[in-house]
Amino acid sequence: MNNIPLTIKETQEGLKSKKFSAVELVDSYLAQIKKHNDEYNIFLTVTEELAYEKAKEIDQLGDFSNPLSGVVTSYKDIFLTKDVRTTAGSKILDSYIPQYSGTVVKKIEQAGGIMIGKLNCDAFAHGASGENSDYGATLNPWNREYVTGGSSSGSAASVAANMSLISLGSDTGGSTRQPANFCNLVGLKPTYGAISRYGVIAMSSSLDTVGSLAHTVDDIEIMYDVLKGEDGLDGNVLNARRYTLNPRPKLGIAKEYFIDGLDSEVENMILDVKKTYEKMGIEVVEISLPHTKYMVPVYYIIQPAEVSSNLGRFDGIRYGNDRNSFGEEAKRRIMLGSYVLSAGYYDAYYEKAMKVRTKIIGDFDEAFKTVDAIISPISPTPPFKLGENTKDPLKMYLEDLYTTSANIAGIPSLALPSTFSKSGLPIGFQLMGPRFSEHQLIELGKKYHQEIDYKPKTAF
Amino acid sequence: MAKLTKKEVQHIADLSNLTLTDEEIAKFTPQLDKIIEFIATLSEVDTTNVEPTSQTTGLTNVLREDEIKVDNMLTPETDYYKVPSILQNRS
Repeated sequence: MNNIPLTIKETQEGLKSKKFSAVELVDSYLAQIKKHNDEYNIFLTVTEELAYEKAKEIDQLGDFSNPLSGVVTSYKDIFLTKDVRTTAGSKILDSYIPQYSGTVVKKIEQAGGIMIGKLNCDAFAHGASGENSDYGATLNPWNREYVTGGSSSGSAASVAANMSLISLGSDTGGSTRQPANFCNLVGLKPTYGAISRYGVIAMSSSLDTVGSLAHTVDDIEIMYDVLKGEDGLDGNVLNARRYTLNPRPKLGIAKEYFIDGLDSEVENMILDVKKTYEKMGIEVVEISLPHTKYMVPVYYIIQPAEVSSNLGRFDGIRYGNDRNSFGEEAKRRIMLGSYVLSAGYYDAYYEKAMKVRTKIIGDFDEAFKTVDAIISPISPTPPFKLGENTKDPLKMYLEDLYTTSANIAGIPSLALPSTFSKSGLPIGFQLMGPRFSEHQLIELGKKYHQEIDYKPKTAF
Repeated sequence: MAKLTKKEVQHIADLSNLTLTDEEIAKFTPQLDKIIEFIATLSEVDTTNVEPTSQTTGLTNVLREDEIKVDNMLTPETDYYKVPSILQNRS
């Protein structure tokens, strides 16, 4: 087959009309992986045999009515996959083979999805560039001198490079939205507690969510509807409450977003987005989120504290290698976490951060009294070059300025591609809404893409 | 904010069950110091009478329902239950 379709709808129409078979689809994606994976370092494990097995099963059944029938899917290597090596991008788990699959992996399989492999990522999902992987950085398919963003680096790259149609990542502080943004993809960070994390290697339990990446908002909607809901195995999951869509939604932009560190290209894109919505008759007003400048400090207290606790289980006895195999960033975060939780510092840091978290949630509650969603930058800059931010960890942490707020407040956020920078790299924005307002964000995202006549594109 | 010392970094590493080389301690000390100085800006925020947030779902004590299997009751009068044996008789 010549052209691999870039949407679930086209894939399933092609299968139904016998334009191609599921096996041929797998052939095409595998060919793309074989051609480019060595250079771009996207997949850590390719599950060729399993993919063919599932594709044959689907072809034989000849029924493509399941929501993800024939959809080739890749997983960040943080999702447990039964009998398939799962490393979390860390040498600690270099030879770890899970005995069971995570809930979301099972749900995708039941919905007809075909697993094609496991993806590179920042080790234990710590990073905003993909460069903290113990298996080397993933290169951005749009330009190999640039980072893909992180930590779901391989997830974004695999879809942008046409090696899978959709991908699952995780989002603890922007790890799905930021790479989606750097690779010209749609990414969803759901409401905390909307999707089960059973069988996902934990990073920061009060912030971790399962992220979805695809080319279009339509496909993200299909994925969200497949993945959401209680499974009885993640006590934080709640079946989504009915959220009444506002037929005349109003948007807001926080005045605190326009700071010195915001790149002018990103700022102009945000102003363009505002104009585009206004052109469609959607009102965009200025709002205030007064604690915006405290997002990163709150995040880099709560997150390392929970990291230090979650990574305590890697003691070299129950799983894989010993603690000397932790990479530099994991060590830094574990130590930072131990520090903010240690006697004498707990009140000044951890307790304080939890209190400021309450105030941040209060800011959003206040904002959502007047608007249905908030337009925000994702990354303060367009994609940066490999090695540009690695010497100064604090500089890298500041990349998370706009994304961490949704995790701190537990609200959903939809990352949308918008345009390309002068240097030819993708830039986009995010829409954040109240808890369980995913479908409102999805509607707003569709409207925006319709208006700018967005067409899905792969890098090659 | 007092500067973080190498001794303190060694102490944090011990708390974290991490064995660091001298080079690592020399590298991490200024990095962590800079990060801690940055996160300490939270002290500017007035949090008097603010309750801390540890999670955002509002759920508490998520437990499954206990299932009482009447079949396993030895006699309804005694309240004793029959459970699978975990110890074996030595022969």
